[in-house]
Amino acid sequence: MREKSVFSSIDWWTVLIYICLILFGWINIYSAVYNEEHQSIFDLSQRYGKQLLWMLLAFVLGFLILLIDAKFFNAFAFPIYILLLLVLAYVLFFGDEIAGSKSWIKIGSFALQPAEFAKFATALVVASYLGRLNVNLRDRKTQLKAFLLVLIPAGMILAQNDTGSALVFASFILVFYREGMSGLIMVLGIIAVLLFVLTLYFSQKVVLIGLVALFIILSLFLIKRNKKYILRLLGILVVCCGFVFSVNYVFENVLGAHQKNRINVLLGITKDLKGVGYNINQSKIAIGSGGFSGKGFLNGTQTKYNFVPEQSTDFIFCTVGEEWGFVGCFATIALYITLLVRLLILSERQRSTFSRIYGYSIASILFFHFTVNIGMTIGLMPVIGIPLPFFSYGGSSLWAFTIMLFVFIRQDANRLQIL
Amino acid sequence: MINKKNYTPRKNILIGLFCLVGIVFLTRLFYLQVVDDSGRRNSDNNVFRYITQYPARGKIFDRNGNLLVYNEAAYDLMVVPNQVKKFDTASFCRLLHIEKEYVVTKLNKAKRYSRFKPSVFLAQLSKEEHGYIVEMLYNFPGFYFQTRTLRRYPSPIAAHILGDIGEVGQKEIDANTYYKLGDYIGKSGIERSYENELRGKKGMRIVMVDVHNREKGSYENGKYDTLPVHGNNLYLGLDAELQQYGELLMQNKIGSIVAIEPSTGQILAMVNSPTFDPNLLVGNVRGKNYKELLADKRKPLINRAVNGLYPPGSTFKMLNGLISLQRGSITPNTSFPCNGKESTPIRCTHDHGSPVALASAIENSCNPYFWHAFRSLLDDSHFRNQKEAYEYWREHVLAFGLGKRFDTDIPFEQSGNIPTKAYFDKLYHGKWNSMTIRSLGIGQGEILLTPLQLANMTAAIGNEGYYYLPHFIRHIEGDAEIDTRFKTRIETGIDKRHFYLVKQAMRDVFEGSHGTARFSKIDSISAAGKTGTAENPHGKDHSLFIAFAPVENPTIAIAVVIENAGFGSTWAAPIASLMMEKYIKGYTTRIALEKQIAAVNLIPKNHQ
Repeated sequence: MREKSVFSSIDWWTVLIYICLILFGWINIYSAVYNEEHQSIFDLSQRYGKQLLWMLLAFVLGFLILLIDAKFFNAFAFPIYILLLLVLAYVLFFGDEIAGSKSWIKIGSFALQPAEFAKFATALVVASYLGRLNVNLRDRKTQLKAFLLVLIPAGMILAQNDTGSALVFASFILVFYREGMSGLIMVLGIIAVLLFVLTLYFSQKVVLIGLVALFIILSLFLIKRNKKYILRLLGILVVCCGFVFSVNYVFENVLGAHQKNRINVLLGITKDLKGVGYNINQSKIAIGSGGFSGKGFLNGTQTKYNFVPEQSTDFIFCTVGEEWGFVGCFATIALYITLLVRLLILSERQRSTFSRIYGYSIASILFFHFTVNIGMTIGLMPVIGIPLPFFSYGGSSLWAFTIMLFVFIRQDANRLQIL
Repeated sequence: MINKKNYTPRKNILIGLFCLVGIVFLTRLFYLQVVDDSGRRNSDNNVFRYITQYPARGKIFDRNGNLLVYNEAAYDLMVVPNQVKKFDTASFCRLLHIEKEYVVTKLNKAKRYSRFKPSVFLAQLSKEEHGYIVEMLYNFPGFYFQTRTLRRYPSPIAAHILGDIGEVGQKEIDANTYYKLGDYIGKSGIERSYENELRGKKGMRIVMVDVHNREKGSYENGKYDTLPVHGNNLYLGLDAELQQYGELLMQNKIGSIVAIEPSTGQILAMVNSPTFDPNLLVGNVRGKNYKELLADKRKPLINRAVNGLYPPGSTFKMLNGLISLQRGSITPNTSFPCNGKESTPIRCTHDHGSPVALASAIENSCNPYFWHAFRSLLDDSHFRNQKEAYEYWREHVLAFGLGKRFDTDIPFEQSGNIPTKAYFDKLYHGKWNSMTIRSLGIGQGEILLTPLQLANMTAAIGNEGYYYLPHFIRHIEGDAEIDTRFKTRIETGIDKRHFYLVKQAMRDVFEGSHGTARFSKIDSISAAGKTGTAENPHGKDHSLFIAFAPVENPTIAIAVVIENAGFGSTWAAPIASLMMEKYIKGYTTRIALEKQIAAVNLIPKNHQ
């Protein structure tokens, strides 16, 4: 009875969307690396052959996870987290460098990226910690601890020169928000990004003048009501101005040259179609050329002839756009949004805080990847090299996302047994 | 759980955020994919490469079907830097006969240009070199041969006539959309005049390429490809053997021979001396050789047959006689006295009786006779004054094709000079008469003609009153239309009846006891001619001779000009006579004369 209940009570909708996404993803990888000499889909010398193998192994992994006791993950959250931190530390010193990131472990011809799994471990540990009965996120100390749990792996990954993966950890802000952290942080975050962009786009002077003007207008408005607010407003103004002053310094001295370039290209400050802007320009051309209904499977000239770099990994969405057109893009985005919303709904129905927070964590991580990756290919986000979940070529990311998702499906299947 | 506030509503904010991002993305995608079509256009440009297929340029043959110009494949050794693997430099250098430094500099240059696009590594190798190298080339990945065609000339003759081809300039590209950068176009000679017929039609191959410019196959199996259409072959009126013979005779002389077929206007030979081997201006040696030719003091690049301007001297006398006969200011029996060297205002250089009539005056090239004849023409009571008479004279001279360009298929002609009335009015402030311009009566003074005009004038005399515009073309492959102007008979306005006497007198130049060319008589062929010894301010007199043969229905009319070679009878006459014999008989009998002429060096000392 108990064995049977696992498979009868899992959320098949989520599994179905998952399968749809990885199959459609694989079709696009096949098209992106397709060449006429290697047509067999099982050809392991080709990426689609390898990806097919990773997919089969991912299914096995997912199945195995469903067989594990649901309580195992909460109980072993910290050991798993510590283990991952050790692996990250190992990679930091002894890891192998691929494409500028020293974030890989090579086992034979096979390379694993521990950073992908670190997201999972962090999600577990955050859920486990915040899920304790006596823990309240309104508490400063708790907040600090929770942030530390996220920042430690993020910092280590940043040290591996894998900025993209490190940034993913910012998605935990959504989780903390749901669990009671003040929404002010999110608002402040948005204001900070806004000021950063405006300062780069216009200039320090213009933004400062704008801020002061805004302050004066608001003060005139508030002066009749409460003078106390004006003092607060002044405080905010000072902080904002300080931030604006630091933007140029941060931009020039903290960010790497390639990161600066990517931001400049995104904001249209530099137009360098052969150099830094090349990827983005070619990517937009590819997607745009798909039109409403696309050029058809294997008919994408942009992606097939390697005009778009990283087309099977970070720029896989180009192939969708070019070969399947707006229709294909719509379907893909609809699948993702459905999955994300579904995950939130499932999370809310959990009786265990651990399960709920874990659910929110993976939804947030998936959301971050989705937003940044697709946003990048259509020129709404700077180039940040993170994969499109379930779509992009790569064993590590496919497995990590599969594990993340199926651990949650396992928790969800178990929800009725928690009192 | 009890002391925790319920934050469930925040779920909706997050769901809203997810949906918002989804909507923003879809809006953006709708704009990129449906509204804006620049992506579609750009992707086409990205992936298609339009590769021009060059047609073979038409060949050029002479009137007897002898090949004058053909195409030869040349091979450029190309390199694609990123396909180059480590190779044995020493054996590579030995194979190509190059230095190691050359390899290094060329490879670096190619890399700087592009790592993925081909660059020329070693240009224009011959067929033999190619055959030898290509077998070993598999050892050196990244290197391959690309063929291109060069013009070749089986015999090194007629360089000025055939002309050359070269890369199009910006002006030509702007003027005609057919041409693209790197295309070849006829730059001079026949190559220029018949560019449209010779070039053929370019084809286009559409191939798909990837981001590194690597070919990925043809588009739609070549459905939209077009094949090149080779250029038309040309058949010229030129006689290659005659041309070659003329060039042999003219070696070590400065001057020109032009031979015309009077019945068609086709040019049989146009010899320039000094000349050069047209093969020198082809391929990778062109630049160096061109510089050398340009620096040569004897100016071998100039086409003297149409660019050299010479006073016709005595060869002009028939024309003056004919015009006077036509006007009636003289008759065949009209005689004028000649006092030999004592004559005024122009002395006679020949020894003959006095008085003389026209026929004898031509045979003896009597200057006083033609001065008197010229004066009586200008003084003719038919005209109101001498200036009107001069206009009459000039009109008739021009009717022989003198003093203006023919504008046929012979590029870069000079128009020569037959002075106008206005010119003399200005020069002499309106006060001039037959005395002032007396030199014109004996073909000196301001009159300047090209050898081509001289030959054409001769043809018109041979034809007894008409000529066809001189031109090179005889037939175009595919029966393309030849300019109808070339087939239109042009009248000189001199009645046929006046020619008999003149032609007989010219025959006596060869056959008469006093004939100035009596030593150049051709065995068993009746020929008519006239010597000319043109004074010129630059040095020794030019040696001129015009002739046609046979006298009745001539098949060849010829003009020979040798700069600074003295009397026309000494050198120009025997050369013309040998040329005519060669053309009419196909062989020559006067081997000793031939050898003597070919061997003699008549180039003035200051030009050697």
